[in-house]
Amino acid sequence: MCRIGALKSKQYLHPAQALRLMIPQQEGHDNSGFAMVIQDLGGVFGKYKDKPLMSLACTQKGANLVENYMETRGFIQIFEWVPPVNKVAGLDIKAMPHYIYRAYDYPEHYRKASPAAKEDLLLDTRLAVRALLEKDEQGYVYSFWPDVLTLKEIGDPRDIAVYFRLWDETGDMIAKNIVVQCRQNTNYEIVRYAAHPFFIQGYTLCANGENTFYTKNKEYQRSLNKGYIGFESDSQNFLYSLHYVLRTLKWPIKYYKHVITPLPFAEIEKRPDRDVLTLIRQTLGHLEINGPNTIIAMLPDSSMMTCCDSKKLRPVIVGGDGETMAISSEVCGLNTILPHRNKELDVYPGEREIVVVTPELEVQRWKQ
Amino acid sequence: METVRTQDVSVNDLPWKIDWRDERCTMCGSCVAACTFTAIEAAMERRSVTISTGHQPEPAQRHSAVPVIRQRSGTAHICVGCGMCEKVCPNKAIRPVRNEDNRVNLLTRAGGVAIKRGGRNNIMADRVLDKVIVGRISQMTDPSLDSERHTFDVLAPFGRVLLPGELPFTVNGDNLELTAKTPPVHWIYPLIFSDMSVGALSTRAWEAIALATAYLNEKCNIPVRMSSGEGGMPVKLLKSEYLKYMIIQIASGHFGWNRIIKAMPHMVTDPAGILIKIGQGAKPGDGGLLPAAKVAEHIQAIRGVPKADLLSPPNHQGLYSIEESVQKMHMSLNAAFKFRVPVAIKCAASATSVSVYNNLLRDPYYICGGFFIDGLQGGTGAANEVSLDHTGHPVVSKVRECYLAAVKQGRQGQIPLWAGGGIGMTGNAAADAFKLICLGANGVFIGKILIQLLGCVGNERGRCNACNTGLCPTGICTQDPRLVKRLDIDKGAQAIVDYMVAFDQELKKLMAPIGNSSLPVGRSDALVTTDKAVADKLAIQYAC
Ligand code: SF4
Ligand code: SF4
Repeated sequence: MCRIGALKSKQYLHPAQALRLMIPQQEGHDNSGFAMVIQDLGGVFGKYKDKPLMSLACTQKGANLVENYMETRGFIQIFEWVPPVNKVAGLDIKAMPHYIYRAYDYPEHYRKASPAAKEDLLLDTRLAVRALLEKDEQGYVYSFWPDVLTLKEIGDPRDIAVYFRLWDETGDMIAKNIVVQCRQNTNYEIVRYAAHPFFIQGYTLCANGENTFYTKNKEYQRSLNKGYIGFESDSQNFLYSLHYVLRTLKWPIKYYKHVITPLPFAEIEKRPDRDVLTLIRQTLGHLEINGPNTIIAMLPDSSMMTCCDSKKLRPVIVGGDGETMAISSEVCGLNTILPHRNKELDVYPGEREIVVVTPELEVQRWKQ
Repeated sequence: METVRTQDVSVNDLPWKIDWRDERCTMCGSCVAACTFTAIEAAMERRSVTISTGHQPEPAQRHSAVPVIRQRSGTAHICVGCGMCEKVCPNKAIRPVRNEDNRVNLLTRAGGVAIKRGGRNNIMADRVLDKVIVGRISQMTDPSLDSERHTFDVLAPFGRVLLPGELPFTVNGDNLELTAKTPPVHWIYPLIFSDMSVGALSTRAWEAIALATAYLNEKCNIPVRMSSGEGGMPVKLLKSEYLKYMIIQIASGHFGWNRIIKAMPHMVTDPAGILIKIGQGAKPGDGGLLPAAKVAEHIQAIRGVPKADLLSPPNHQGLYSIEESVQKMHMSLNAAFKFRVPVAIKCAASATSVSVYNNLLRDPYYICGGFFIDGLQGGTGAANEVSLDHTGHPVVSKVRECYLAAVKQGRQGQIPLWAGGGIGMTGNAAADAFKLICLGANGVFIGKILIQLLGCVGNERGRCNACNTGLCPTGICTQDPRLVKRLDIDKGAQAIVDYMVAFDQELKKLMAPIGNSSLPVGRSDALVTTDKAVADKLAIQYAC
């Protein structure tokens, strides 16, 4: 089972903190990758919070391709950061030649565009860069969004941390929000795009478990948004549905749960809002999910949320001390980084709820 | 010495030969009385017999006239192999035996008349569904469900489903509120008792199915719906509470609709739906036919017609395009019940089904509530044999293609797909239904298997299939009051109820191992096939 987690804090955190959350949860053969999306950045990125930041892992040729492309599109690069990697022999990591983080200014003619138009431009650009890199297998682009950085690699999470000097806590790469996954995968043919967290237009999501409705979800999502592509992992379905329900349909968050794990008809029948729930279930039946899984997501306003499948077949816990809140697969992770928290306030989300940690670090529970 | 006349028809030319054992027969006459086709008769034969009556053997030969049971030769009274003679014989002295060498197909067009019969296709018995199996079984990470204890949502939509963006919702605080009416959608059992008219069926057979429908709904929590078939319904039912379990069919002959319309002001509830029948899988392009022999007095009353051959034209008069069919028929039938009752359409599967479905999907008025595709293995009360055996289209690939056509447009599930024609042909309708649902159907409809449960002895190999004659030996497909009495309504209804209760368990037994609580519509990933061509055509995994 992959371990997933998220940290949300009033202070800037080092990724090492996320590693401390995750590593105690490791069990058995549990080391095929590490990935994180961090948001509300400090350190070297602190000055560029409103500038879209591109996260790339690529070859030299790939880097040039992207540079050319961005230039022709009128994006102006204003900052570039290349993590100083530590090439120790014997590390279990399948490293790419280059990891590049570039912040851009919007093209001239977009400076006064509406936020929605800018957001669509960022999506289109990421998709175009992805296609560009994919064509000659020159690398990967994980996110392109202001104040959001993605790092993913295949290998043992500890070694990946050594490689990227994540233990060093230099203060370069810090953030107030971190969504993270330590990957366990018995499928050795894995591609980097299949590693969570996934990102689209401000929505970040990682999940563990399985989605047995992958095929029908995928078949439906493909026609909903041009950004719903890839489908390297059955967990991308969760992200796309989240994005669709919150951003496209603009429904309140509790309805996400009604879409992915609708109530049985007999229960809907007994509720005062049965008309709405029945319509959701019949219209969005192809977004229903199935199988054991837990989802942890971060929304564009930086709130974090978690929910589970309708049979609650995967664990998850939410807890914290008011300064830092954490969501994680298992309690041992929380005990390591937040041993002093009031454990009585820990929340073990039920199969019929969505738990949200708001930007103010308040915990909200939405019953389905 | 008799002269050989080669053109005479003999019993050996017929599809069934009667195997009669005179040493067992007591000449009670039961078989002759039971044979509705008068295919056998009691006759006298001159026999040479050797008898010995004394204490010592004193064999003596003489000729004497003895009574026998004899099969009639000639084509007017052909034995159909129904086996009623065997069923009634107290001594097991008689039975029909299939005659592989018969020449019946060359003999029965006498007078230049095309062969008509009932039943089903008798030459395309290939079953793709049996080459497909449920191959994705949840085991470790995704545990199987317990089919006995888990709650399953075994329901399918009947009605027009909207796209997400079309839902009339507004956000009020943390809630969504409904701000306008939406098209009616009923969530019903994913199996419909389909379209056999009272007329094609005897009143008793129809009643047995209606009774089973009501019982399944009221006592077994299986919300199955029954389609009336073309030909109306008894007025008493139209005016009763039970109308809510009925889907009323309208076909090209519009039979029965004057009564339905007259009953409308007196209806205490809405029907479950309306089904516009455009075509039928067993005989696509051929209209409906109720032979005069079956137009008894009560049928004349229900349909409002005189005793005559009742022909439904092969097409709906005045419909010249799909667009118009959507607009005119759907609109008027939707309006008839003030847009409270979903209206669906049934077509024979055809090479063109996808175009039809694509057109329906564009339905701008939200008035098409279902597309029923009827495959060539469906049955019928009466048709030309050439239509039965040589026209039609298998349903499986058509359902799949229609579903994938909808997927391409992001419109899957908007107009529910229902598949029929040969469902349960080998006895297990649950397996067929499950596989079709995985391929994209929302539900299935069954007909033939219902009458088989009532006792019909017809099959795909030419047995009986005499539903057009008015002589149905089981009382199912005839209006002859003496024959109809052969059918016990309660026993028949019970057989259907039992089958459906088992069907429900079997469906859950298939949902459980793939870990599904709701119907696996479109879960083609759950299926595998050992036939490469089938895998390619249906876009499912090939396994060997
Ligand atoms: S099998 Fe049927 S048709 Fe044939 S003789 Fe017996 S009762 Fe008559
Ligand atoms: S038993 Fe009756 S319903 Fe069945 S095939 Fe024969 S005539 Fe038709």
